[in-house]
Amino acid sequence: MIVAEGVHFRYLSGVEALKGISLTINDGEFVAIMGQNGAGKTTLVKHFNGLLKPSSGSVRVDGVETTKTTIASLSKTVGFVFQNPDHQLFSETVEEEIAFALKNFGFEPEIIKKQVTWALSLLSLEQYLKTSPFMLSGGERKRVALASVLAWDPQILILDEPTIGQDHEQKEKLRQFIMQLQTQGKTIVIVTHDVEFVAECNPRVILMKEGRIVADGGGRDILTNTEALAESSIVLPQIAQIFAKLDSFGFPKNVIDTYEAKELLLRAWERQQK
Amino acid sequence: MAVIETKDLSYTYPGGTKPSLTEVSIKVEKGDFVLITGPSGCGKTTLCRCFNGLIPHFYQGELKGTISVAGKDVTKHQTHEMARHVGLVFQNPENQLFALSIEKDVAFGLENLGFPRTEMRERVDWALRLTGIYDIRDSSPHEVSGGQQQRVAIAAVLAMQPEIIVLDEPTSFLDPLSAEKIFEVIHDLNQRLGMTVVLVEHRLDLTARYANHIVIMDQGKVCSDGETREILSSEETRLVGVGIPKATLLHQLLMKEGMKLGKTTPLSSDEMVEQLSEAFGRH
Repeated sequence: MIVAEGVHFRYLSGVEALKGISLTINDGEFVAIMGQNGAGKTTLVKHFNGLLKPSSGSVRVDGVETTKTTIASLSKTVGFVFQNPDHQLFSETVEEEIAFALKNFGFEPEIIKKQVTWALSLLSLEQYLKTSPFMLSGGERKRVALASVLAWDPQILILDEPTIGQDHEQKEKLRQFIMQLQTQGKTIVIVTHDVEFVAECNPRVILMKEGRIVADGGGRDILTNTEALAESSIVLPQIAQIFAKLDSFGFPKNVIDTYEAKELLLRAWERQQK
Repeated sequence: MAVIETKDLSYTYPGGTKPSLTEVSIKVEKGDFVLITGPSGCGKTTLCRCFNGLIPHFYQGELKGTISVAGKDVTKHQTHEMARHVGLVFQNPENQLFALSIEKDVAFGLENLGFPRTEMRERVDWALRLTGIYDIRDSSPHEVSGGQQQRVAIAAVLAMQPEIIVLDEPTSFLDPLSAEKIFEVIHDLNQRLGMTVVLVEHRLDLTARYANHIVIMDQGKVCSDGETREILSSEETRLVGVGIPKATLLHQLLMKEGMKLGKTTPLSSDEMVEQLSEAFGRH
């Protein structure tokens, strides 16, 4: 469980990136943090694994205050996948990359091997075992970075912009994958701009603007809340855009799913034909 | 007139075991807005690298077939010559930025071509304003966010006002609203100045509406190539795993169920709303 209370954070440059954030993320929750560039999303999640410590206020992970522990010990519980995979990858082969943290945590070689194989197969990267991560495409490097964190099976997983550079199919895999992790009771926090992806996942959504939380609730409600989204410079998902404009025909506004949209429209049309 | 034409273009990276491009034949007309899409690793970025000669001059490797860009055989002209005609914005802006200030980065290409000072000034300011980074022009490109870096990379290319601009997922780090503004700017340059645009993107929800021509690639090959609406309404496109816009998908699903909608494939929510409003009539 992650509990943030009155978190303020000021960078050395003097910029106050977080201006009083309080929130609780429970075990097993799937949360999407959204907001425009510079809203403080990444700064906030870096507090969850102790990469950043609050200037005032507190962050507790499983009851432990992040100021009273180390990143190394926190990272066993909290896995962090960066936005730009190149900030994270450094090994000569994909295999070494994924094994690196496991070695550092002191796992036995057989376990490392098993975990590496498992993580690679989860993300369809088996064929790249001996390839340099830097020979891979942007989307593939992104998956290597994710695999390297999954390999040690952390309870809380933080993914900063996981869908960047991923094609439709990979996104769908990622979605199923997140759902699968959720059924295992993992906590997943994603930072994302990808409204269509969030609309498909329908997680809890936290909207941020200028270092503050402006809305917090279910995906369906937040992603159809035109005012809150406009305030945090988020475009509505395409289906929500359509329903926002069909108001005068008596359709509900809070629709984000394509198949639900299809059913609603079809039923209304059939009624009209009679 | 075709400004980009490839015929049976195949390419294998040095040390690569299989080709990254296989017999790619495409034609881009002057003034086109072309969207290139397809699954990760399908060869989109590799193809872009051929357009300004990074392939084969920088990456080496084995190139077969022919490629002409702005009337020049790319294999016979170095990248710096091609750069006068083709501006390339990379996927990862960090690979492209190097100067001490954003302004200097944007001015670099023009300086190298020996532009007169006043014209350089005008063009740089124009590009900085278009991309919304005029106010941060004195910052270092390395201390701003990934999204801002992408704006710098785009501004640097726009300042050159090339005939052809090639953008490889240019807004992936930007929030959707900022991305939309950038696409609007590029679309406007395409419409007003007739600048030919080649855009690599996965997010068709955001971009399909701007393109008159779409190329879908899979495993190094071109699998569909043609007019955007036509291609996006076809069944094969969905099978390759291209994420067509939700408005387009909804239209497809409803038509399949027998609902009477307009025949034109919608590419944006507005176009879909128009068709639905007609179907339900104004009460």
